[in-house]
Amino acid sequence: MDFFRSHVLICGGTGCHASGSDDLIEEFDRLIEEKKLQREVKVVRTGCFGLCELGPVVIVYPEGAFYSRVNKEDVQEIVEEHLIKGRIVKRLLYHDSIAKDDTIKSLSDVGFYKKQKRITLRNCGVIDPENIDEYIAFDGYKALAKVLTEMSREEVIQTIKLSGLRGRGGGGFPTGLKWEFTYRAKGDKKYVCCNADEGDPGAFMDRSILEGDPHSVLEAMAIAGYAVGSDQGYIYVRAEYPIAVRRLNIAIEQAREYGLLGNNIFGSGFNFDIELRLGAGAFVCGEETALMASIEGKRGEPRPRPPFPASKGLFGKPTLLNNVETYANIPPIILKGSEWFSSIGTEGSKGTKVFALGGNINNTGLLEIPMGTTLREIVYEIGGGIPGGKEFKAAQTGGPSGGCIPASHLDTPIDYDSLMEVGSMMGSGGLIVMDEDTCMVDIARFFLDFTVEESCGKCPPCRIGTKRMLEILDRITSGKGQEGDIEKLETLAKNIKASALCGLGQTAPNPVLSTLRYFRDEYEAHIKEKKCPAGACTALLTYTIIDDLCKGCSLCAKHCPVEAISGKPKSPYVIDQEKCIKCGVCMEKCPFKAIEKK
Amino acid sequence: MKSIKELEEIRKKTLEKVNLRKDRKGTRVVVGMATCGIAAGARPVLLSFVEEINKRKLMDVTVSQTGCIGVCRLEPIVEVYKPGQDKVTYVKMTPDKVAKVVSEHIVNDRPVIEYTIGYVENRQNK
Repeated sequence: MDFFRSHVLICGGTGCHASGSDDLIEEFDRLIEEKKLQREVKVVRTGCFGLCELGPVVIVYPEGAFYSRVNKEDVQEIVEEHLIKGRIVKRLLYHDSIAKDDTIKSLSDVGFYKKQKRITLRNCGVIDPENIDEYIAFDGYKALAKVLTEMSREEVIQTIKLSGLRGRGGGGFPTGLKWEFTYRAKGDKKYVCCNADEGDPGAFMDRSILEGDPHSVLEAMAIAGYAVGSDQGYIYVRAEYPIAVRRLNIAIEQAREYGLLGNNIFGSGFNFDIELRLGAGAFVCGEETALMASIEGKRGEPRPRPPFPASKGLFGKPTLLNNVETYANIPPIILKGSEWFSSIGTEGSKGTKVFALGGNINNTGLLEIPMGTTLREIVYEIGGGIPGGKEFKAAQTGGPSGGCIPASHLDTPIDYDSLMEVGSMMGSGGLIVMDEDTCMVDIARFFLDFTVEESCGKCPPCRIGTKRMLEILDRITSGKGQEGDIEKLETLAKNIKASALCGLGQTAPNPVLSTLRYFRDEYEAHIKEKKCPAGACTALLTYTIIDDLCKGCSLCAKHCPVEAISGKPKSPYVIDQEKCIKCGVCMEKCPFKAIEKK
Repeated sequence: MKSIKELEEIRKKTLEKVNLRKDRKGTRVVVGMATCGIAAGARPVLLSFVEEINKRKLMDVTVSQTGCIGVCRLEPIVEVYKPGQDKVTYVKMTPDKVAKVVSEHIVNDRPVIEYTIGYVENRQNK
């Protein structure tokens, strides 16, 4: 019997995988067999549901019961209570999925999903990504069939142009134009490439699409191949994404078996095949010219543009290069039309955007929102607010190329142009929320540290300039900042932006510039008063004991790892600032809250 | 695969299997599956429902289970919820009775009176 009365969907994305979803699948399989339910209940490993914070996530249909943080030990209860007796295990349900009348809310009514619109993540968490039939069941490869049998190449390009889709990798260049340039370029051989070298710290949008719905990217690349006149595609994916790589390989194999990749697809005479190329994890290889150099087997370094890839790309041939998320938008646009797509979003930014939400936020995870949704809605409604009742301080978008958005701009609609205006950028979709305890100078230092580490070294502005900037930031955060440091940072930033070779270098100073724009006073406090207002830079902190509150219990002195605290029992203790390493143990241990951090 | 027809066939065939994962508002068939129900033979009844519904490709019907419905002596009990209509409770169900409930009630909107709790109870009391 192929029809099952119940489906147990278990997230197999990297997040839940890491929190043990593989063990759950094994345990479900074992118990279901033991209880002889294998003809009634089907266990499916899916892609990411988005709520990584609550992983591992298990959803049981037809009830739609959303179980969160499931342990191996809980599986038996779910099988015996829910699958056998039909009694939902309430204690494991995600609290927000229970309605007031104790029934289970539909997923689309749960706070985290309510404001979302899932286009590129449409199949993530719904289908088994290792089963091409399930992709086909939800209209997979229908768009490819449509373009090959009903549409001319020009019509396909026109549809993408009219949809208003812009590159989701960060640049935001109109996708349809890119396709048209490659289509118009003269050449006996053309290539279609997919940039899956997602490298921003904290970003995992592309990984989740590849893991949860790999066929959507393959289908879109074949459509692009038809439109621009190419028969060969390459996906450049980082080797640090083992699950994505494995599922892509399975997907390519299955698509070839079905004749959806290969020669004479749908009997139309169109040939297209895709190969994977694994990157070794260099951040710079996400830059298009460096990426193509790496595919060619050369050192991953950027080169000046023009010529742009559309005229002279991979192996010197015209090449179309789009990001994973951009591709995942293509099949729905072909099927539902450009008008449907352009009806979503704002004037200049159409459709949706996927964000990887992280940092000081309750619902860490993956979400997809219509363009124009405000930052406030993302943080407080979808994200569930800041943990511990702390205040929102800023959100960082765009990774090492982006900037910080302060609380005063919480109502900024998220789209390409508004984010640029407030001094940040869309970027590929990393969204890091920071609370009041975050030091903005330290954040800028963190991103500069990343850029210095990842600079390919080809051009001096990036290789040397970012290093000098980092040195200044290191100095400021360790309390050795000098008068004039801010101005030096600004000059360096201006020159690097103007003279670095590639996009990564040109945007590297952005984290510093945007924090200077909104949090200049924090920089000044570090330099002039040698104080860190957020209390995050340890070198600038002093721990002192308040005499009036100290009862002389000696707990702090006992726990101090460097014996910096001395005193007589029952009279106030004193911290020797020379010896203190600012570890904070004394403050944690003090039962009278008599220790102050400043 | 050489034709769109083949693609469409795979789509239809697989959709039947995965359609369960979408939120639906159609008919719900709920089988009482507590100890009493299982002992009285609820499992074969549940399987018959699943098979019958699959055979007729009723994409909008879900079969689920519940705990003890309370009238253990009348198990296996099956409740059918159709949108906008009162719940109908069938008692002392057997796999043989399932086809009729599906064709008459679920498909044609005519509850099978002689299997319902009211009918069975009245007859027993007489």
